[in-house]
Amino acid sequence: MTDLCSLTLKEAIEVAKRDGAQPILDSFAKRAAALNPKVNAFLRFDPKKVSGAVQGSLCGVPVSIKDNICIDGREVTCASKILTKHVPPYDATVIEKLKTAGATIFSQCNMDEFAFGSSCETSAFGPCKNPWDLTRVPGGSSGGSAASVAADMTLAALGSDTGGSIRQPAALCGVVGVKPTYGRVSRYGLIAFGSSFDQIGPLTKTVEDAAILMNVLSGHDPKDSTSAPQPVPDFTQALKRGVKGLKIGLPKEYFIEGIDPEVEKSVRAAADLYKKLGAEIKAISLPHTEHSVAVYYIVAVAEASSNLGRFDGVQYGLRVPSKDLREMYFETRDQGFGQEAKRRVLLGTFVLSAGYYEAYYLKGQKVRTLIRQDFEKAFKEVDVILSPTSPTAAFKIGEKSADPIAMYLSDIFTIPANLAGIPAMSIPCGFTSSDLPIGLQLMARPFDESTMLRAAYAFEQETGIYKKKPKLG
Amino acid sequence: MELNIDKVAELARLNLKPEEKQKLAKDLGAILDYVKTLDKLDTSKVEPTSHVLDLENVYRKDEVKPSNAAEKALEHAPQPDGRFFKVPKIVQR
Repeated sequence: MTDLCSLTLKEAIEVAKRDGAQPILDSFAKRAAALNPKVNAFLRFDPKKVSGAVQGSLCGVPVSIKDNICIDGREVTCASKILTKHVPPYDATVIEKLKTAGATIFSQCNMDEFAFGSSCETSAFGPCKNPWDLTRVPGGSSGGSAASVAADMTLAALGSDTGGSIRQPAALCGVVGVKPTYGRVSRYGLIAFGSSFDQIGPLTKTVEDAAILMNVLSGHDPKDSTSAPQPVPDFTQALKRGVKGLKIGLPKEYFIEGIDPEVEKSVRAAADLYKKLGAEIKAISLPHTEHSVAVYYIVAVAEASSNLGRFDGVQYGLRVPSKDLREMYFETRDQGFGQEAKRRVLLGTFVLSAGYYEAYYLKGQKVRTLIRQDFEKAFKEVDVILSPTSPTAAFKIGEKSADPIAMYLSDIFTIPANLAGIPAMSIPCGFTSSDLPIGLQLMARPFDESTMLRAAYAFEQETGIYKKKPKLG
Repeated sequence: MELNIDKVAELARLNLKPEEKQKLAKDLGAILDYVKTLDKLDTSKVEPTSHVLDLENVYRKDEVKPSNAAEKALEHAPQPDGRFFKVPKIVQR
């Protein structure tokens, strides 16, 4: 029965149409139960409760959810102790859409606490492991989503991406991960981190699977005032048009010192392949790239510190009994938050505090404008920008956890797309000599996910890299 | 270093343990030194970006719709009391 777990989402939907979804759900329940003790990709999952009806376009097949997205009546934790036993009273819009499309909401995926991290090591419930090498990180923060898709423990998963949290783990685990344009997918019911950056998106085995889920997830939502009114095309339609004549930019600032030579080689080989397929490769410049990480760690932590103000022990989650209200706030937050959450809350509070706002926060927002303008200029010349997703393949558990800046720099290629609000995705493009996946990032103009997915599909179909799987029991 | 960890922790409503205070102060100092590299850019003529979408004044009709979210939210609250969240005393005498 393991065979059913290795199906793509598209193939599984066809099988479910014929035989019903139950055999598929049973197979995944069995495989997930066997592998989760090793991988720790799922925080909560009860194989006995799994059942799905064959209805809608997704026909009951299992999709797993990052544990910062609210599901009515199911505990949500953000991998933090401060949300202990919190049960949301409503469905996030993306959950409502998945249910309407007939998906079975399967497991809830491990992540960095409040999505603060690039390795899944800051989870209060233990790190998730990379299925390609269990001594290495799966990336983060959507590490559990990426690892579970890579390990065939779920057909697909949802993640959220604030500075690379879908794309970087997708790259490190060898799966497809899409961060849509800011505003394309509703954030209603996503527990907020950086409200001007956060986007929900799919992690899947193939580009076509990602397009299928993008069709389900996208669209304006009156419940999210920052969701965009733009019309949503059928993302599966454009996939097969090929890349002949497509202009693809290679930004010189993304091929810098510190990038693993194997990663660089693999990504440059991908550019050569695109050329062979008929695309035009152009050297471009995004001159403010080096400042992205600094801007992000001002503006995103400012938004985070404000968003995490609500965790005070009053309405939900943990409450540490105290003699008065003030003490309850301080004690609940001290005991509930992990170290990285505290670091970001403190940093965000500082950059927003009187006397420092202009020097840090306002300065960060201004440089954010320069980074946006870099992309606006570049997209006058090219249709798609190609780069590595992450400077290295998966690193060892513990390797970067002591040095926050080293960890933050692993997001240097993914953060700019969030600062500019443009769509970006990662697809597998090769392997290192020690058999670790390498990810290729594609970025496109705002709301032009179709062109980005088309370019990704052409590469994937030509190379077939997605067919290689990690060796796990 | 300009960051006063005690003051910021007070603003952020965090009781830091002495052993974590030192490490966090050091980390934050290093991060602030790093982000200070932005100072070499002249941004005097640049407008700040607070949001990437050109949306303004997004309204919807203020209509009553059926919802039992309030009752469900209270069900799992740390200390509900009827329709209220109960909290410890605010003013001590």
